[in-house]
Amino acid sequence: MNVIKKLSLGLLITLFLSVTANADKIRIGTEGAYPPWNSKDASGKLIGFEVELAWTLCRYIGQQCEIVEQDWDGMIPALIMRKFDAIMAGMSITDERKKAINFSQGYADEVASLAVMKGSNLEGIQTSEGINLSIKSGAVKKDLKTITSALVGKTVCVQTATIHQNFLESGDVGKVNVRTYKTQDEVNLDLTSGRCDVALAAAVAFTDYAEKSGKPVALVGPTFSGGAFGNGVGVGIRKDDTELLKAFNSAINKARKNGDISRIATKWFGFDASM
Amino acid sequence: MDLDLMINSFPKLLNATLITLKLLSLSLIFGLILGLFFAILRLNKNIFLSRFSYLYSYVFRGTPLLVQIFIIYFGLGQLEFLRSSFLWVVLKEPYWCAIIAFSLNTGAYTSEILRSAFETINKNFIEAGDSLGISKKIIFYKIQIPIAIRQSLPAYGNEIILMLKGTSLASTVTLMDLTGVAKYIISTTFKPIEVFIVAGGIYLFMTFVIHNFIKYLEKKYSY
Repeated sequence: MNVIKKLSLGLLITLFLSVTANADKIRIGTEGAYPPWNSKDASGKLIGFEVELAWTLCRYIGQQCEIVEQDWDGMIPALIMRKFDAIMAGMSITDERKKAINFSQGYADEVASLAVMKGSNLEGIQTSEGINLSIKSGAVKKDLKTITSALVGKTVCVQTATIHQNFLESGDVGKVNVRTYKTQDEVNLDLTSGRCDVALAAAVAFTDYAEKSGKPVALVGPTFSGGAFGNGVGVGIRKDDTELLKAFNSAINKARKNGDISRIATKWFGFDASM
Repeated sequence: MDLDLMINSFPKLLNATLITLKLLSLSLIFGLILGLFFAILRLNKNIFLSRFSYLYSYVFRGTPLLVQIFIIYFGLGQLEFLRSSFLWVVLKEPYWCAIIAFSLNTGAYTSEILRSAFETINKNFIEAGDSLGISKKIIFYKIQIPIAIRQSLPAYGNEIILMLKGTSLASTVTLMDLTGVAKYIISTTFKPIEVFIVAGGIYLFMTFVIHNFIKYLEKKYSY
């Protein structure tokens, strides 16, 4: 009996200690399913551009960090409910999200693109290389028109609660038959199976998948930026956490100045996606 | 608590409930047919047929419904020969994949419920029929099946409720059922508690209706 008492007391103390110890750490939430931004290696360890960048930023802030895994569709609610203190999950800075949380300055930016399986009749669409939706020029409008007519009757797949879904539902490309998935992996699977005629995500998400799986996935149409696609990717932080926001902003400044962000970005993306 | 959000999301969720009910009723119909078929197979004297039925219920009761949906939706979708076959017309649609998974799952449970109901029928009823010179076939259809259905009502009522909650997994294969739409609303408002409370309330209400309907049937057909 005494032993059990001692054991449970010891257990309680360790629990208490681990809770208080966690309170000093900055907990950073990431998805772990959006390579090369963040993903997991074969042993289940979190890896990727943002995981490495997170450790670097924490060094600049001078505080211990812990990286926490969280499903994408519950990312912002989990931040608000204090399951962690910051989001680094390839989350673009958009007006819609800014209503719920704050963002640090952007640390990286990356264009979005449509993708199809090779042999799709969408491969032939003629557009410019890239369009910035913040600029409403004639060329942009013409490209959007081309895409609108190309997407008629097609099933377009995206990960749920992303800028890519926002864009498809914005009306910029007409009324599209959108299908949403919990993870980008599932989008890739259904693009390969043929359930999706076309998918929309970060361009690197597709090139990374094509490279690793060997499946004939091809990017089509222009690359997208601006407008619904937001202003780069930043650290998401609770509205009342102004101290932490400042800390991250100055850490990003330092990391940028020392060339850390562009070095880590080049390592994971194959090009300098830092900003 | 954002009451406005709760009120605004209510009609959207109610609309999505139609898909949930469609999934539930179609799966229950197919599941009941499958269940009755496999229950009869299980009671067959032929050991191969009986074992086959046992294997079916063992596999589908022994694996999570989520895994079954994923195998049918994402798993089968990766097989080249299936994609080029006529089956792909059905398997391409998430809706039918969900219904196939749900039907097979509830069919397995239903077959067990019906089997145990058949086995617990008082032998006296059958003997009484025999002694009156009623044929085996008529005894089966007019005595055994009605009694078995009455016996299995409480357990089957539970199964309907479990299946109702199981349909929420349809949202994992892109379907916009009650849970799917709830998640969609949360993805733009970032307020899970409010939306899930409303969605949970709708599920609870449906459970309430099903529960009382089964209770009513139990009373009506008690003997």
